[in-house]
Amino acid sequence: MNEKPEKLIDKKGLRLDGRKIDELRPLKLEVGVLPNADGSAYVEHGKNKILVGVFGPREMHPKHLSMADRMVIRCRYHMASFSVPERKSPAPSRREVELGKVIRESLEPSVFNDLYPRTGVDVFIEVLQADGGTRCASITAASLALADAGIPMRDLVVACAAGKVDDQVVLDLMDEEDKLGVADVPVAYMPSLNAITLLQMDGILAPEELEKAVNMAMDGCKKIYAMQKEALKTKYMTVKEVEE
Amino acid sequence: MPTFFEKKQLVTPGELLAEGDYLLGDNTYLEENKVYASRIGLVDCENKRVNVVALRAFYVPKVGDLVIGAVIEVGFNGWTVDVKSPYTALLRASDVLSRPFKPQNDELSQVLSAGDLIVAKIASYDRAHDPQLTVSEPGLGKITRGQIMRVTPTKIPRVIGKKGSMISMIKQETNCQIILGLNGVILVTGKSPEDEELAITAIRKIEEESHTTGLTDRITQFLKEQKVKPEEKVE
Repeated sequence: MNEKPEKLIDKKGLRLDGRKIDELRPLKLEVGVLPNADGSAYVEHGKNKILVGVFGPREMHPKHLSMADRMVIRCRYHMASFSVPERKSPAPSRREVELGKVIRESLEPSVFNDLYPRTGVDVFIEVLQADGGTRCASITAASLALADAGIPMRDLVVACAAGKVDDQVVLDLMDEEDKLGVADVPVAYMPSLNAITLLQMDGILAPEELEKAVNMAMDGCKKIYAMQKEALKTKYMTVKEVEE
Repeated sequence: MPTFFEKKQLVTPGELLAEGDYLLGDNTYLEENKVYASRIGLVDCENKRVNVVALRAFYVPKVGDLVIGAVIEVGFNGWTVDVKSPYTALLRASDVLSRPFKPQNDELSQVLSAGDLIVAKIASYDRAHDPQLTVSEPGLGKITRGQIMRVTPTKIPRVIGKKGSMISMIKQETNCQIILGLNGVILVTGKSPEDEELAITAIRKIEEESHTTGLTDRITQFLKEQKVKPEEKVE
């Protein structure tokens, strides 16, 4: 990689990729891309490319993992060997196992998991290309895939990060900003219910900076939420058009 | 007490549908006196009951439902049946044999073996137990002829139509026997494969256009046109 740039934000207040401080990276969402899965979604968030497939609800295997009172969600986050500049070993790393858990926990509050006890849902997240903020993009796509599978949900979950770069709080960090910046705050959020399902912080922030970052991330989430709803509707639009 | 949708609007999970004194229909939930959607579907409101007709859902067993399933395993005292639902169903040997089942005299795989398709009714089901099937009513049991097709379970009511208008019309026009499994599996049995094929295309058409009005009339029209064509060729 290149040497560290002197400044991550220039005098005009623009970032390395020319974005403003509170600007999101370009986002593309698609639903129902995998016919073999019960539900699926694909997201391109900046240079991130992530594919999510959902199976279930179905009988849980192995059986001892099923719960008598609720549906179990299993989540596998995996990065492809070619997703990063240096080849990544395809074996699941500590980081990937942890992210699988974090993503699962941020999706669980949105699903009515008490309706179908003793069943299991599998969420497979495959990162094809990574560029910072993959956990957020994964949550956004996984939530869409769950809705596409017909699983009853309280709301779609949207995730977006904010952070601190060069003494400024900025929205939606990309890879360089994530690595060279001061702090990263990923937030997952259910906009209709105004509930946060994931809040992490990596780095050091003053309390008021954290508050600013969380609010900024929530605003970003709301923007993504609109796109998310649009993507979900697009798949089923044909039905509506016939009706009209 | 406002509602926030137009009739038959496409909604996504979490969309606010109504506020105040409303009854919950399918695929909706209540939170702080507000009604939200829980699945992607089309909303409707009748007599203060907000209902979402899901566009994507899976079959959840209900006692008394007629279903079509495939035997996946022959067990010691019954069969395991796949009914295209999150839960696999069980069919007991004593139910099929209609006499006490003795493992020493009865070979279960001779009655039904893996891969056989059956029409059955859900005899019992609750949260804690897998559904149990019964075939002890006339018309139920092993399927010996006909063709099988699958549609989304939520579209079965549309295939039936108002008071069975749609399905009786298709039966009449195609001379086919049609059994609708509420789990989305449909059995079509006719005198010839052509008749069956015609009924299947008609049902596929209903599935695609399930939200249009005047569908029964259009399907009638479609079937009449299709029926004329093969006859012309013969002449």
